Amino acid sequence: MSGRVLPILIVLLAIMLFWYAAAIWMNAPWQSMLYARAGLLDVPVQQFVLDSWAQDKPVLPAPHQVFGEIWNAAIAIAPTSRRSLAYHAWITLSGTLFGFVLGTALGIALAVAIVHNDAANRSLMPWIIASQTVPILAVAPMVVVGFGAVGVTGLLPKALISMYLSFFPVVVGMVKGLRTPETIQLDLLQTYNATPWQVFAKLRWPAAMPFLFASMKVGIAISLIGAVVGELSNNAGGGLGVRLLTGSYNGQTVQIWAALFIAAALAAVLVIAVGVLERLVNARMGARPI
Amino acid sequence: MSVTSPNNRPEPGSPAVVVAAEHLGLTFGTNDGPVHALSDVNLTINKGEFVSFIGPSGCGKTTFLRTIADLEQPTSGRLLINGMTPQQARETRAYGYVFQAPALYPWRTIEKNVALPLEIMGYSAIEQAQRIKRTMELVNLAGFEKKFPWQLSGGMQQRASIARALAFDADLLLMDEPFGALDEIVRDHLNSELLKLWAATQKTICFVTHSIPEAVYLSTKIVVMSPRPGRVTDIIESTLPLERPLDIRETPEFLAIAARVRDGLRAGHSYEDVV
Repeated sequence: MSGRVLPILIVLLAIMLFWYAAAIWMNAPWQSMLYARAGLLDVPVQQFVLDSWAQDKPVLPAPHQVFGEIWNAAIAIAPTSRRSLAYHAWITLSGTLFGFVLGTALGIALAVAIVHNDAANRSLMPWIIASQTVPILAVAPMVVVGFGAVGVTGLLPKALISMYLSFFPVVVGMVKGLRTPETIQLDLLQTYNATPWQVFAKLRWPAAMPFLFASMKVGIAISLIGAVVGELSNNAGGGLGVRLLTGSYNGQTVQIWAALFIAAALAAVLVIAVGVLERLVNARMGARPI
Repeated sequence: MSVTSPNNRPEPGSPAVVVAAEHLGLTFGTNDGPVHALSDVNLTINKGEFVSFIGPSGCGKTTFLRTIADLEQPTSGRLLINGMTPQQARETRAYGYVFQAPALYPWRTIEKNVALPLEIMGYSAIEQAQRIKRTMELVNLAGFEKKFPWQLSGGMQQRASIARALAFDADLLLMDEPFGALDEIVRDHLNSELLKLWAATQKTICFVTHSIPEAVYLSTKIVVMSPRPGRVTDIIESTLPLERPLDIRETPEFLAIAARVRDGLRAGHSYEDVV
């Protein structure tokens, strides 16, 4: 265990040192301006460094500022408050999960259609690829505003944007996965006179499991991005996206960074959760322990 | 040389005939022109026989087995399995097929692999358990029910695949070089076990091989085939007794039959191709 912890700590330390150094360098012009306005001359280097790490609206907030904001806004405030980061993180998480479930279901459905139907096989894939070349930043406001116009707000429009992003890796992965069974395994079922449904349930679906989980790991991370992008177009709805937006309107860089860190942590937890699920399923399916 | 069935055989369609092929031909259309995988094959296999198909690569022995199994469709001639077309025979689950590779599903335990055909054919849970137990004992795999395929040796995996083919009690067993990938020692052992199993179950077995000793040791009838076009060059009725210890392979009778098989292969101008 110590063999893994030490390298991680060293890298973390290097990042921190770099971050603090960069904060001095990037905040220095504004700090000099502040001193000039106040008429202060010959500020000691030590004072200059400490002040550049403690600005109200720094270009690059120092790590302790970001983590202090996370502590204050996420843990020290009641999670039901609209000013709580935990509250906004929950809004984003619910949109992410809903969209991820929809996207995974859509992805699997499309993959099943593509594998089993020749017309779908020939026609669907170009459209699916084209769908991902559309910039999501342009589509998201239209979806949110369009649904808002007919009275649908809140979770669903956001989840649809998550779905739009997350179905893609699932389709691509599952088409590949459902086609992995070898001729000999398919011939075997043919000799039993198995129905197409039995071929799917007993062979194609279990064979595709590794591909499904690999796809879902990508899918759940971009599902979070979809939810955040969806929130940018609906200020009233809340969520980490709104925190990012209001932070950038007001120049609250510390708030932006805090929201970014929460979003990153959320994505990490979600990907790990899919990984844990994968390991449970693998164990049930008799995978050789690695 | 085309060999037709002897006169004392029952007519095709009568119950004792399991496989009846008349002027059977199969031509694959490829980019390099047609490939005659099977040409004018005439063969009758009776109930309870152990028939080996031997010949070099490309002689159509596997194709013939796959045609019986309705995995390939003949382009000419007539083929009847138990008096039915191959498709009807497959739909009535008339045969069990053992492939070159075990083709076990890696996510199923050995007993679940054996249960696969039973699940598909709709056997009850109780019936499945009974049949799994019986066939696992038949192939000497009792005690390995809960193992996954990767936990078993190659020989044990192939025995599991034989158990799977036996589980639903088809009277006809089609085996396509089932021991081809195994080493000689394991192979000898499985061959003698297969003979015991054949004696115990009274099944009709069609067995594809490219080993002359294996064919002579196992069979009551040896079908020698040769390539380009794939055809039957000789059909040898074995005179060996049904009780066959492994050292029967040193007897003059055994060697005489092996020599005739070798001659048959040579007659197809393909002896140099034999591995």
